[in-house]
Amino acid sequence: MGFFHTVWTIARKDLVIESRSRELAYTTLFFAVSVVLVFSFSFVVEGVALTDAAAGILWVSIAFAGTLALGRTFERERQSDTLKAVLLSPVERPAIYIGKLVGVLLLMLVVEAVITPVVGLLFQAPIDRAPLLLVGLLVTGTLGFAAVGTLFAAMLIRAQSRDVLLPVLLYPITIPLVIAGVRGTAAIFAAEPNLAVAQAWLAMLVFFDAVFLTLALWVFGPVMGE
Amino acid sequence: MQNRSILVPVLLCAAAVMFFRAPFMIDAAPYESTMGLIQRIFYFHVPSAMVMFLSALVCGVASAVYLAKRSPHADAVAVSAAEMVVVFGLIVLVTGPLWARKAWGVWWQWDARLTSALVLWLIFVSYLLLRRFAGAGSEMVAAAVGVFGMANVPFVYWSVNVWRTIHPNTNVVASLIPEMRVPLYWGTAAFLLLYIALLLTRMRLEASRMQLEAAYAEIED
Repeated sequence: MGFFHTVWTIARKDLVIESRSRELAYTTLFFAVSVVLVFSFSFVVEGVALTDAAAGILWVSIAFAGTLALGRTFERERQSDTLKAVLLSPVERPAIYIGKLVGVLLLMLVVEAVITPVVGLLFQAPIDRAPLLLVGLLVTGTLGFAAVGTLFAAMLIRAQSRDVLLPVLLYPITIPLVIAGVRGTAAIFAAEPNLAVAQAWLAMLVFFDAVFLTLALWVFGPVMGE
Repeated sequence: MQNRSILVPVLLCAAAVMFFRAPFMIDAAPYESTMGLIQRIFYFHVPSAMVMFLSALVCGVASAVYLAKRSPHADAVAVSAAEMVVVFGLIVLVTGPLWARKAWGVWWQWDARLTSALVLWLIFVSYLLLRRFAGAGSEMVAAAVGVFGMANVPFVYWSVNVWRTIHPNTNVVASLIPEMRVPLYWGTAAFLLLYIALLLTRMRLEASRMQLEAAYAEIED
């Protein structure tokens, strides 16, 4: 099997499982919407949202929902020891990693496709001001988050207290992504938008993705070796 | 192993002598015109920050070596260095706000250097939490965290730097008058000696722990 064929087979397996139960899509989505709601109580003062609150709320709910999705995706693999079966199959390790990553990434993008309009609606954020740039920020930010998250969730699959350790490890390392995502989105949403600033943050996200994907591909093999 | 048992006490004695001498040198240095006495915390704050970043680098490189070669020795270096990041980071994070309270009027500012030091410190605290609570086989996962933590330093620094900066920048060191520069270098050397001594001691402890574990495993087999 070629590399991309393996990637697609693994990603499709996850998507088929998900499309039959829709467990992750529904729970993650509902969770993300509740996070948005919880934040609105702290950042809406006298009916008006604080400056840049919309961008922050959007990205924090993405990060929270993403952690939930990552944990559950790999919990599924652990229950019937299917990750071991996948690792035993004669395919390249990087292809397995990318396959899992594509599955997580697509799920997170579906969630974002719903909560971004919700945030836009509830906080009067102009999500249609620079749609391509916003989508670029969301996709690159999510890719970086999912790249680090998939690696860590896969590594922690046999560890004790993995549910707690995943966010503990993931959040400090993805802080640059959150800063870039929030600042870039805030630059688009601001009363006086600054698209050049948003583009600079997008460039940083692309660079981060490139470095962390390369590292993850290198690390995944040895760590999942045994 | 034998020569190390002499090396560590020697390093510790040298560091102790240097730390004893440091307050006299700092006292002899002139007062900074606007900040006065509080500026003197700088002679401890800056060296511990340097050692913290150095230790993060040591941990990252040792983790990468462990991932590539699986040598237990590299793992011992990585875990020892990670603990030192947390220890020296704590010194940085305590002395920084003490100075900030006087110089800026607040304990904490969301400034680039403060935030990136805090994030780096958090990454290595999470590394130690992982090693403490993940159970058997956490060494490989920890090594990955070490590598990612090191690779993250420039990103954290750059992103927070664009976000906001008010901390005095590193050019400050070059612009210091010689009377201030000498105690700073002296302090840096003292902290470095202390760091190496602590690192070696911690590595020896880790080596003994590994031996003990291997001996237990042998009995059980």
